[in-house]
This record gives sequence, structure tokens and C-alpha cells, in this order.
Amino acid sequence: MSSIAEPFSEGASLAHRLDPRGKIVVAALFAVLIAVSQSYAATLAGLGLALIWLALARLPVKQVLVRLLIVNSFIFFLWIILPLTYPGDAVWRWGPLVVTRQGLIFTGLITLKSNAIIIALIALVATVPIITLGQAMHHLRLPDKLCHLLLFTYRYLYVFQQEFHRLVQAMKIRGFQPRTNLHTYRSYAYLAAMLLVRSYDRADRVFQAMLCRGFHGTFYSLRTFSWQRRDWVFVAASLPALGVLLFLEWWNPTLL
Amino acid sequence: MSEPLIELHDITFAYPGASRPVFQDFHYQLLPGEHIGLIGPNGCGKTTLLHLIMGLLRPQAGSIKVLGQEVSQEKDFVHVRQKVGLLFQNADDQLFCPTVLEDVAFGPLNQGKSPAEAVSIAHETMERLGLHGFADRVTYKLSGGEKKLVSLATVLAMQPQLLLLDEPTAGLDETTKHRLVHILNDLDIAYMIVSHEDGFLEHTVKHCCHVHGHCCQPVANHHDGE
Repeated sequence: MSSIAEPFSEGASLAHRLDPRGKIVVAALFAVLIAVSQSYAATLAGLGLALIWLALARLPVKQVLVRLLIVNSFIFFLWIILPLTYPGDAVWRWGPLVVTRQGLIFTGLITLKSNAIIIALIALVATVPIITLGQAMHHLRLPDKLCHLLLFTYRYLYVFQQEFHRLVQAMKIRGFQPRTNLHTYRSYAYLAAMLLVRSYDRADRVFQAMLCRGFHGTFYSLRTFSWQRRDWVFVAASLPALGVLLFLEWWNPTLL
Repeated sequence: MSEPLIELHDITFAYPGASRPVFQDFHYQLLPGEHIGLIGPNGCGKTTLLHLIMGLLRPQAGSIKVLGQEVSQEKDFVHVRQKVGLLFQNADDQLFCPTVLEDVAFGPLNQGKSPAEAVSIAHETMERLGLHGFADRVTYKLSGGEKKLVSLATVLAMQPQLLLLDEPTAGLDETTKHRLVHILNDLDIAYMIVSHEDGFLEHTVKHCCHVHGHCCQPVANHHDGE
């Protein structure tokens, strides 16, 4: 039986053994700090810090690169648009098209930020199984709805995926072949609508099953976590590093 | 004669937009200790009947008594659901917690049991159903038969006084069906089973009723189990 792949969650590295609560807090602080950063120095330092965490996680390099390639394929479109549309000093002209220096700098900053955040999330968050992640979020007293939205999405994503495949197979066995015509678009619209309706029905049945087992709006977690010395060391080392990023953001030394 | 566990009087129920009601002036009662099989063609109202008893659907007319108490409002059915267990036809509707242990303990926790008590009940129930070693298994990664048995464990963990099973053998292999027969035969509570499988019903219930729009008609030639 196939399942939703979590390739980075299995391992015995230090990053895998750390308490997920500490990793979530550090990753969240890091992501916010880098996302709001306007300084190349802070962003580059952040990228360095994320790479250190990635090294601690000892993840398969090829799989990490594939993941980064996917993210950067979206960023590629920014490189096509932003340097041409961002106002500033022209560095290259081709007819009506003007590439600006500020546009290139800004796009570069976004690229570095995105990669730093993704690498940090891969190293700190993707090394936690989704189920444990939801339970850790619950222990961190994040809103119940958020935690359970995550867990329910994970639980039923696979069910919906199966439902989708069943519908696609039902179309195929009746000779459906996608083409560029109205029949194909209409069939795909039916498929999407049917998946939505079935998902809604299932959500209804799941809720009914929960009611039948006495659910009254409160979820209880049986999971316990143990905070160990290595977790203190990780947080104690990470927080000053984040402090350095904050200082670099404030100082903002000119690199470009 | 002991008081019925379930009494339905003059129940009328129709789904919105349906051309005719599923039940019209419907009567039914289930006595303590009875093991009943509900049979009938698709759409005759077997699942609807179970959902009416659990308060998941509300009749347009008539009255429902469960365990001697008349129930009509949501708050009445909240109490019913603490004492009556419903096994859904599709186990994927029933199992939603990350791990088997958490799913089985979900009901006892809702009943106000402490986490330690709930875990203890969950382990005990799983042992009883032969689900040793399943505690940390991820629910969606179970096979169809395992999901069905775990679903039954989630219901039995609430220690119900009455069990309603909606097509419990759907999609199960013969081995799992036999296992289910043994589990049900070991139960000392009343239960109603909706099923299309005569063979399974022969081994698990004493009487079968054909669900009609007005009543549940006992099936005369069904195996009596004596």
C-alpha cells in the first residue's frame, strides 16, 4: 500500500533526535526573521546557518537538491519578470526591455531568502513526521484548529488521492483520452466537482463518526515529549545565532 | 417483559428532495440481549434506521426512545452516543486519529476518562480483538480488514450497551470475517447488524428482519441459531 512520502522524516541524525517543539520554535523564528530581512548580509548569514542545520540532519543530498530545484523553478519566473519591471538604474537594454540593477538585487535577495527558509525547514521541520509535528504543535499550545487541520489534511489526503485515482480510472476504462477540446475540459471539470462533492460527503461522515464516539469539540493528545540536554544545547546555540542575524539586519553592511 | 433498548413509534422520515419517504409511520423495537440482522434491498432504509437511532438524522414525525429515555434533541443524543456504538460501513470514515492507540482512546477520553485510564481501556480492547502490537500503527496504513477491526475496537472501547453495525463485512476476506464472527459471538451486549451476507448473519444473529417503510418484518425462514 503506497502512502504519502515523508523522505526526510526518517533518520537517526542529531536533527532527527531533537525534540520537535524546539525545532518548530527555532524554525519559525528563523523563517520570520529571514522573511522580513532586507539585508544581504543577514540573508547570507541565514543561508549559512540553514546549511549548518542541514549538515546536522545528514539528509540525502540528491533528494534535497531535487526539492530545492522544485522551489527554484518557481523563483525562475521571478528572474524573468522582476528585473524587467522593478524601477531603478538600467544595466542592460534590449529595445523596450530594460533590466535594472535594483531589480536584479531584489530578485537575488528573494532567491537567497527562499532558499535559506526552505533549507532550514527541510533540516528542522521535514525531519519530523507529520503526525509528530501536529502533536508537537498541540503541545506548544498552538490553536487546536490549526493542529487538527494539519493532521486531518494529512490523514485524508491519501484517501482523496485514492478517490481521485478511482475517478480517473473510471474515465479511462470508458475510453477517455485527454485532448484539447471542450469534451476534455468538461470531463476534467466534472472530475474536480465530483472530487469536491465526495470530499465534502466524506468530511460529513467523518464528523458523524466522531459525534457517535462522544466528540464534543475537544481533542486530547496522548503523546508526551521528553526535553533533553541536547535540546537545551540546540536552542541555546540557535538563539544567539538568530541574534546575530538580527544584528546584521540592523547593522546592514553594504555588500552590493 | 424487560424494557426495550430501542423503541421507534410512528417515525416518518424522508430525505430532502426525495419523491417518497424512507419511513412512514414506522414502528420498531429491540429488546435487551437481542442479536438482530437487518436485511433488505439497497435504499430500503437500513443505514437510515441506524442513523435515526444515533441522532445523525432526525425524523420529521414520531418518537424515539433509547435505553428507556425519549430522545429528540441533540443533547439527548449526546447521552445516547455514550452508550450506543455505531460501526460505520467505511472504516476510513471512522478512523481519523494519527495512530491506532489514539483512535481507540478517543471515545473513552470523550467520556471523561483520564488519559491513563483511556490508554488502559484502549490496550485492553485491542488485546480482546487480537490487535496486539497495533498501538503505534498509523491508521491510514492499515489493510482493509485491520481498519475494520480497529474501527470495531474504537466503538467497543466506549463499553456500549448496544452495538449497531453497518455492513461490517463489506470488503473483508473470509479469515477476517471469521474473526469478526468470533468477536461478535463473544459479546454479551445486544447488537443489530445491517448486512447483505446471509452466511455471516447465520453465524452472528438469531433473527433477521426485512426493513420496510412501515416496520421491520421478521424473516420466517432465517436460521434460528438454536
